[in-house]
Amino acid sequence: MTNNKSTPLVDELEAGPWPSFVKEIKKSADGPMASDLLGVLERSYTEKIGHWKHGGMVGVKGYGGGVIGRYNDLAQEFPDAAEFHTVRINPPAGWFYTSEVLRRLCDIWERHGSGLTNFHGATGDAVFLGAKTAELEPLFGELLAAGFDLGGSGSALRTPSCCCGPARCEWACFDTLAVTHELTQAYQDEMHRPAFPYKFKIKASGCPNDCVGAIARSDLSIIGTWRDDIQIDKVELAKYVAAGKPDIVHDVVERCPTRCMRFENSTLSLDNDECARCMHCINALPNALSPGKDRGAMLLVGGKAPVLGGALLSSVLVPFIKLESPYEDIKELLAAIWDVWSEHGKHRERVGEFIQRIGLANFLEQIGLDPQPEMVAHPRTNPYIARHEDKA
Amino acid sequence: MPPIAVKRKTDIGAPHYHGLLPPIIQRNYGKWVRHEIPRPGVLVHTSESGEKLYSVRAGSPRLLSTKTIRLFAALADEFSGGFLRFTSRNNVEFLLSDGGNVAPLILRLEGEGYPVGGTGPAITSIVHTQGWIHCHSAASDASGVVKSVMDELFPYFGSMVLPAKVRIAFACCLNMCGAVHCSDIAILGLHRKVPKINHGTLFKTCEIPTTIASCPTGAIRPATIDGRASLEVIADQCVCCGNCYTVCPSMTMNDPEDGVSIWVGGKVSNARREPMFSKLAIPFLPNHPPRWPEVTTAVKSLVELYAAHAKPFERMGEWIERIGWPRFFRLAGIPFTRDHIDDFTHAGETYKRSVQLRRSPAWGQGG
Repeated sequence: MTNNKSTPLVDELEAGPWPSFVKEIKKSADGPMASDLLGVLERSYTEKIGHWKHGGMVGVKGYGGGVIGRYNDLAQEFPDAAEFHTVRINPPAGWFYTSEVLRRLCDIWERHGSGLTNFHGATGDAVFLGAKTAELEPLFGELLAAGFDLGGSGSALRTPSCCCGPARCEWACFDTLAVTHELTQAYQDEMHRPAFPYKFKIKASGCPNDCVGAIARSDLSIIGTWRDDIQIDKVELAKYVAAGKPDIVHDVVERCPTRCMRFENSTLSLDNDECARCMHCINALPNALSPGKDRGAMLLVGGKAPVLGGALLSSVLVPFIKLESPYEDIKELLAAIWDVWSEHGKHRERVGEFIQRIGLANFLEQIGLDPQPEMVAHPRTNPYIARHEDKA
Repeated sequence: MPPIAVKRKTDIGAPHYHGLLPPIIQRNYGKWVRHEIPRPGVLVHTSESGEKLYSVRAGSPRLLSTKTIRLFAALADEFSGGFLRFTSRNNVEFLLSDGGNVAPLILRLEGEGYPVGGTGPAITSIVHTQGWIHCHSAASDASGVVKSVMDELFPYFGSMVLPAKVRIAFACCLNMCGAVHCSDIAILGLHRKVPKINHGTLFKTCEIPTTIASCPTGAIRPATIDGRASLEVIADQCVCCGNCYTVCPSMTMNDPEDGVSIWVGGKVSNARREPMFSKLAIPFLPNHPPRWPEVTTAVKSLVELYAAHAKPFERMGEWIERIGWPRFFRLAGIPFTRDHIDDFTHAGETYKRSVQLRRSPAWGQGG
C-alpha cells in the first residue's frame, strides 16, 4: 500500500452527469491495485505524461498472445500497480451475457486481479485490466473452467466481432453471430499463436449501416446486403404519408444516392436495378420498407487505421455471397488470403497495404479470384499497363 | 523419454451465444420485422409472431469495476430475467420481455448514475482507448477527455434532437486502437516532439532494420554513437507518429507538450453517402487535465454548428460536403493552416482540381 492517497485532480472527474471512470476505479480501490492505479493517474494528470512502460513479454503457457504486458515506471511509489497486465477475454458473439455468467467472471477477476475491466475493449474483447504476472496462470485456468478463453493480440487473428444481427435486428442479412462464432472456433490457433506479418481483424455487420464499423476497422469486412427487391409494406407507408414525417420527397426520395425512387400520387416506387442498397430509405421509413428476402453478404478486404502506410477502407472482394453454414467458402478465401500474405507480406504490413503494394490484380490472381468491375471505383486512368506472360 | 505432462484443455474459444440469449430472442431469432424508439434509450422490436422485445440502453464509462458489473447483473435479474448485452459503443443494454419493467428499470439505472439514452439522432458513448490509465504510447488521457466531453454534451445523450446521429471517438495516439478515423468527430492524441533516443539501451533493445522500416516518412537512419550501432532521427522529416517507439522501446515519445487534434466528417455507414474518413479540423489543442476545456469547447461548438445548419438525416460529413470545406472553416471560425493540407502518400488526391467553388467573402467585393 502507498501513503500517496491524495488525488485532487483525478477527483474532479467524479463530478458531472456522465458516468465517471474515477468512481469506477474508486469502487475497486478497497483493493491495493486499483488504489495505486489512481495514484499513478494523478501523477499523469499533474505531469501531463503517461507512466506506463513499453510492453514486456508476459503470457500464459502455450499461447503467444491474449495478455498485454504492462509495467509502471513508478514501481517504488506504487508497488501494487507496478505489474498491471491486460488480459483479453473472447466474449460471446454479439456481446450477449447472462447475470450468472457476468458474476462468475467477476468472482474470478476479484480473486486474481484489480477488479477493473473494460466492457469492452476497442477490438471487442472483454478486458481485465491489471493482473500481476504470478496471477496469470491461475486466472487463465479459472477462465477456461468457466468456459472462457483468451482473445487475440499481436501479429495474429484478433478476436472476431459482430453486431447483434438476427438476435435483435430485422435488417440482419445474414447470421452475424453464427459466422463470428464459427470463425472464432475454427481459428483458435491463428488467434492464440501469432504467425502473421501483422494483425488481422474480422468484423461482421448484418447490413450496410455497418454498426461495428467493419469497413473501417477490419481486414476482412463481412457486410450484409441482398439481391432481390426492397420490400414495401403499403399499409405502413400510408401511415408515414399521412403523418408527413419524415418528408417522403425531401428526406427520403431526394436523399437516395442513386435517385432510384419516385413518389407520385402518394405511391412510392423503386427501380431496384438502380438501387445501391445503401439503407437510407429503410432507415428513414423502418416500418414500411425492409431489405429484400434473398439476403447474403458482401466481402471486403483491407480496412485499417493509419499505421503504417495510411488509413484504408476495405475494398470489394466478393460482391455477393449467400454466407451459409458451415461457411466453407469464406474459410477457403481466408486460407488463400493468409497463404499469400503470410508468404509475401512484410513485417508489420497489413493485408490492405500488402494489396496496394503488389496491386489488386496480382493479389486476385494469387488468391484465385477473377477481376470484376464491382471491385474498383473506376478502371485505371494511366496507361502504364504491365505485360503479362500468357499463363495458359 | 521426458515425462508427458497432463495436457490442459486450451483453445476452447468463445462460449456459444445461444444459451446466453433471452428466451424471447431464442423464439424470435431472425424473425424480427420492425422496431421503434418510443423514447430515447428504449428500442422496441416486434417479431412476426407479434412478440415485443424491449431494449433499455444505458451509458457506461467502459472502464467498469466488478462492483458495477454485479450491479448490472442484479438489475438484469430484477427486470430482464438476467439477460443483458453490451453494444459496440460500450453501452449496456437490458433485454426485457415485459414492457411494464421498462420505466422502473430506467428509474433504477438513472438513480445509480447510469443514464438511459444513446439511440437515434443522438450522441451516444464515445468509443475510446486506454490513455494514461494503461498505455505506454498515449499522448493524452482517454477516459478524462471522454468524461469531460460527455459531461458537456450530456443533453444530447438523453434526447434525439440532432439532424442525425453524431459518432464521436477518441484515440490517444496514431496507433488508433479505437480506429477513430471514420467518425463524425474524432479526437486524436498527437505527440509533438521527435523521439528521444536512449543510445545506451538501443543496441540491446531494438532491431535496427525493423526500426528504420517502421518510419512512414523515412526519417530514421543508422548512426554510430560512442562506437555502438544506434539510430538518428532527421527532425525535419519526423511526423511524431510513434511507430518507431512501437517497435523500439529506446525511442520514447511521451512529452508534457503532447496534445490532441480534432477531425470531422467521417462515417462508416453506407446510408446515402459512401463511408468516408474524418478530415482535419483543428491541428492541435493542449492537454489540460483534468477537464481539457479547450477540447470540450471545440467539440461542443462543432456539434452546435452542425445542429444549427445540417438538414434532417445529414451526417456531419454530408453537411460539410454540401456547403463546401471553405464555408465550414469560415462558419466554424477555425483558421485554415498549412497543417490542413495533406502531404503524405496520396496527398494529390485531396487537392481541388476544378474551378467549381462557391464565392467567398475572403475574395473581397467588386464596386
